[in-house]
Parts: sequence; C-alpha cells; structure tokens
Amino acid sequence: MSKQATLQTSSNERIFDVIIYVIASIIIIAVLYPLIFIVSASFSDPTKVLNGEVWLLPKGLTLDAYTNILHNEKIWLGYRNTIFYTVVGTVINIIMTVLAAYPLSRPDLPGRNVIMVFITLTMFFSGGLIPTYLLVKNLGMVDTMWALIIPGAIATYNLIVMRTYFQSSIPWELQEAAHMDGCSNWRLLVSIILPLSKPILAVMVLFYAVGHWNSFFNALIYIRNENLHPLQLILREILLISQSDAVDGSLGLEDKILLAESIKYAVIIVSSLPVLLMYPFVQRHFVKGVMIGSIKG
Amino acid sequence: MKSVKTDTTITMPRSHPKKSSGLLRQMGKRLDLYLMLLLPVTWYVVFHYAPLYGLQIAFKNFNPAKGILGSSWEGFGHFQRFFDSYYFWRLLWNTLSINLFSLLIAFPIPILLALIINEIRNKTFSKWLQNITYIPHFISVVVIVGILNVFLSPHTGPVNLLIEAFGGTPIRFLEEAGWFKTIFISSNIWQNMGWQSIIYIAALSGVNPHLYEAAKMDGASRLRRIWHISLPGIAPVVIILLILDIGHFMNIGFEKILLMQNNLNLESSDVISTFVYTTGILKGEYSYTAAIGLFNSIINLVLLLLVNRIARKTSETSLW
Repeated sequence: MSKQATLQTSSNERIFDVIIYVIASIIIIAVLYPLIFIVSASFSDPTKVLNGEVWLLPKGLTLDAYTNILHNEKIWLGYRNTIFYTVVGTVINIIMTVLAAYPLSRPDLPGRNVIMVFITLTMFFSGGLIPTYLLVKNLGMVDTMWALIIPGAIATYNLIVMRTYFQSSIPWELQEAAHMDGCSNWRLLVSIILPLSKPILAVMVLFYAVGHWNSFFNALIYIRNENLHPLQLILREILLISQSDAVDGSLGLEDKILLAESIKYAVIIVSSLPVLLMYPFVQRHFVKGVMIGSIKG
Repeated sequence: MKSVKTDTTITMPRSHPKKSSGLLRQMGKRLDLYLMLLLPVTWYVVFHYAPLYGLQIAFKNFNPAKGILGSSWEGFGHFQRFFDSYYFWRLLWNTLSINLFSLLIAFPIPILLALIINEIRNKTFSKWLQNITYIPHFISVVVIVGILNVFLSPHTGPVNLLIEAFGGTPIRFLEEAGWFKTIFISSNIWQNMGWQSIIYIAALSGVNPHLYEAAKMDGASRLRRIWHISLPGIAPVVIILLILDIGHFMNIGFEKILLMQNNLNLESSDVISTFVYTTGILKGEYSYTAAIGLFNSIINLVLLLLVNRIARKTSETSLW
C-alpha cells in the first residue's frame, strides 16, 4: 500500500517536472525568438526578409544595412548626444543619490525621518505633466541638454535602495570607529562608505544609465532642436514615422524602400547593443539590488 | 588604561543625546551631513513640490504672459468642461480598462514565472531561464514598438505570414482598435515578466527549506507544497508590490501607448495621459489639461489609500 503510494507520488513528481520543463522551454523560445529574428533579418537580403524567407537564420548574408547606418549622420548625431546624456546624466544621478542616501542612512542624524517622509511622499503624487513642463520652461531649460539631466537627477526608488544598502550592509560600528579617529563625514563617505558600496553603485549606474539611454519622452517634450536629439528620438523617426528618410537619397524608390526595411533591423541592434553589452557585468548584482530596495524600502 | 576610560565617558553623550538642549548641539555636530543633503533636498523642493504649487493653474485661466499668480481664477470650470466633453467616458474607460486588464493578466505572470524557476531542479537551466527573461527589460520602448511594427506588419511580418500560410487573411493588428489592448498588454508581459520575477525569486529563496521537507514527509504533492508553502511565503511581497502597482494605476505605459497610437486605433488607445500630452503640450491648453491631470492623480491617490487600507485590514501588510 505505502509502496504503491510512494511510487505514485514519484511518478506524479516526474510528470510535474516534465510540465515545468515544457513551460520553461516555451517561455525561453517566446522571449528569444523575436530577438533572434531581428538579428538574422538585419544580416539578410531585405527582399528575402520581405518575402518571408527568413525564419530563424539569415538568408542572403549581407552587411548593407550596417554600412548604410555608418553613413547616416543623424544616427551618429543621436549616438553622440545619447552618450553625452548618459554619461553626464548618470554621474549627476549618482552624486545626487549618494548625497541624499548617505546622510539619511545615519541613525544619528536628527530629523532624518521627517526628510525621509518628505522624499517618499513624492513617489505617490506629483504636480503632473503640465505644471512640471511649465516649471522646466520657466527655468529656461527647454531646448537645452539640461532638460534631460536635471529634472530627473534623482530617482526616489533608487535613493531608497541605496539608503537601505548603506544601513544594512555597512556596519555602524565601523562608522563610529572612524569618527572616533577624527574622520570627517565627507572623508568617511569617500574613503570608507563608497569603496564598500561597489555592488550597489554598480546596480545604480546600470539603472540610471539604461534609463538615460532608453529615454525618449523627456526629449520629446523638451527638445525641439534637432541637433540635441537623442538616439531614441531618431530611432522613433526611422522605426515608426518616416522610414525612408534615413536612407541615402541617391537610390531609386524601390531600393530605398528595401533598404529602409532592412535598416530597421540593423538600427534596432545598433541602438540596443551597448546596453545589452553592459548588462552581463552588473547582472550578478541585480537580485541583491532589487531585493534590498523592494523588501525593506 | 585610564585614558581609555575617560575617552568612553566623553563619547557617551554623543550616542545617547539628552532631549531638547542637546538637539541643537546634535544638529550642529552633523552640520556636514546637512550640507550634503542641501542639494538633494533643494532639488526635491524645486522639481517635486514646486509643480504642486503650479497645479493651481488647473483652477485658473493660465496665461504665460501673466504668470501663475497673475492669471484669473476659473474655479472648477475646466473640470466641468472635461466631464461634459464627448471624449470623457472614452478616456476614462480606456485608462481604467488598460490598467485593470494589465493588473489582472500581467501582474500574476511574474509570480508564476518565479514559481517555475523555483521548481526547476537543474540550477544551470533555471539560471539560463532567469537571465534570458531579463533581457527584454533592457530594450527601449521605442525599439519594442519598432519590433511590434515589424512582427505585426500586414504583409511582411512573421505573424501575418504565418496566418497566410495557414490560409487565413492578414490582420492589420496595429491599426485595429480591437487589437490594441491585447497587443499592448502581451508585449508588456514579454518585456517585463523576467525582471519583475526577480523580487519573487528572492522572496522564495528566503522561505525556510525545512517547511518543504516536512510537507514532503507528510506526503504533500509539489502543487500542494507550492500552494501551502511557497505562496504564503511570498504573500507579503506580493501584497506590497500590488499596492505599489495600484499606486501607479492611472499612469502605466503612457510612453508606450503614445508610440503605439495612431488615428485608426485611437478609439481604444486614447488614455488620459496621452490626451494631456497632445492637448496640453502640443496644443498649449495648459490650464485645461492640468485640470485633467489633477483629476487623474486624485483617482490614483484615492485608489492607493483604499487598497492600502484594505491590505492592512485583511492581511496586516501595508505600505504604512
């Protein structure tokens, strides 16, 4: 009787395992397929893509789409602007977030709870799009690169994550000891706290940098000057609005449409690649960063 | 030895301050910490609290030349105009339904994914599954909508080629209002399920393994163990995330909706936030759309307070 029961459960367990693996495999395929298709299409002859001959691997291997992108000034300009926004923006993000997170992590700071409430409240209400837009306009930031950097200088969620990390992962005794040795708070922050916070700094850099790299909406509202357009706005033009503009004007109409079609795939790859390349280096810190922020925050 | 002793007596008051007289001295000693906070706190005042002040234009007839204070009062006229407009119900229904369907369909999926990842015994395989499902999170919305355009294109997209191969007629997915919400929500799931599952995976790893062992001894099947151990184990996290999601209820997916929107699917893609953008920023009707935005935020806040309260009463887990 009991033997039969255990046999039954073990075969049930096996069925369960099989179901789990099947579902997991379907998920992997569903996530990967569109990505693989885009990569393959970007290396394929555009006519074959349009005819539906490309399903998984590239057909009629060609680098035309990529060489075309190389000659596209708009994309280069967008790339340059986005790199600027990402680097300068992320540096400011990190400085501002640390400046707020560190003092607020100190249990001996009078009034820190009041300031914390003042900050956390902003997660739940805001003036909304129009008053914020008018503010940025009044500050004279519209149509300047600062509009994409200053209004987003701190993400409250990230600030809370960082504060929690300082509180929970750096022993308070260490800070007290440093104080007794006559170490100032600035020096404590720079030479003790920050070097001990590399994992969380890596996660923050990733979050902020990806945010800057991928953001398009702020540029859409605040930037009219085409010379300041970030990559995402140029992508939006190529992918969603007027595809053929991006292509060299000396070509015939039919070639133009074909190339516009293939350039789409290449442009997706080229624009997403930097972020995806960065990701394996910080990936192992993710779980920690996300967990600290969400559970204890 | 003696000097050490005096040292500790001197530092004692520092860590145990006496009440009021010590407070100012306490604050004085932390002057450099306040100095660090100066810039961030100023930033919060300017970029989060100043726009709240600017919200009064919702009750005024804002004129950029006269400024916020100089413009004349309008009272609730803008709200009235919005409630009476023919698009009011359409905007409200689209906003509510897109968010509600997202919540019902997209919210549980990362939980299921985390449970699946947790149940996979081959650790390399589960790591792969995890890392692969994270990838789409890092792709920009512009690119996501670009991929949707490519995939769902009527004559050249793989989806329609497949439909044609099976003898069906191609569907203009992105230009049909009826398809909008399905496409919007399912692509959101594709993009975010992996990322959102991280937190549940982390919570699951915190569940005491002895509980599983004990349940196994008692002959509980895998499903029963998930139901009685895994799910209760992550319930507090689920509730917190649910409340947080509802805290952003009225604002989900604004950027993506804007990118997916076209004149043909407007009937089901026009939501309050996109309307505020097109009418406010593009057409310059600042006061009117500030009022609409405020209406949106108020619903949002009421929902948040309500859900938080329900959660506190029923499960003792809440944001505050």
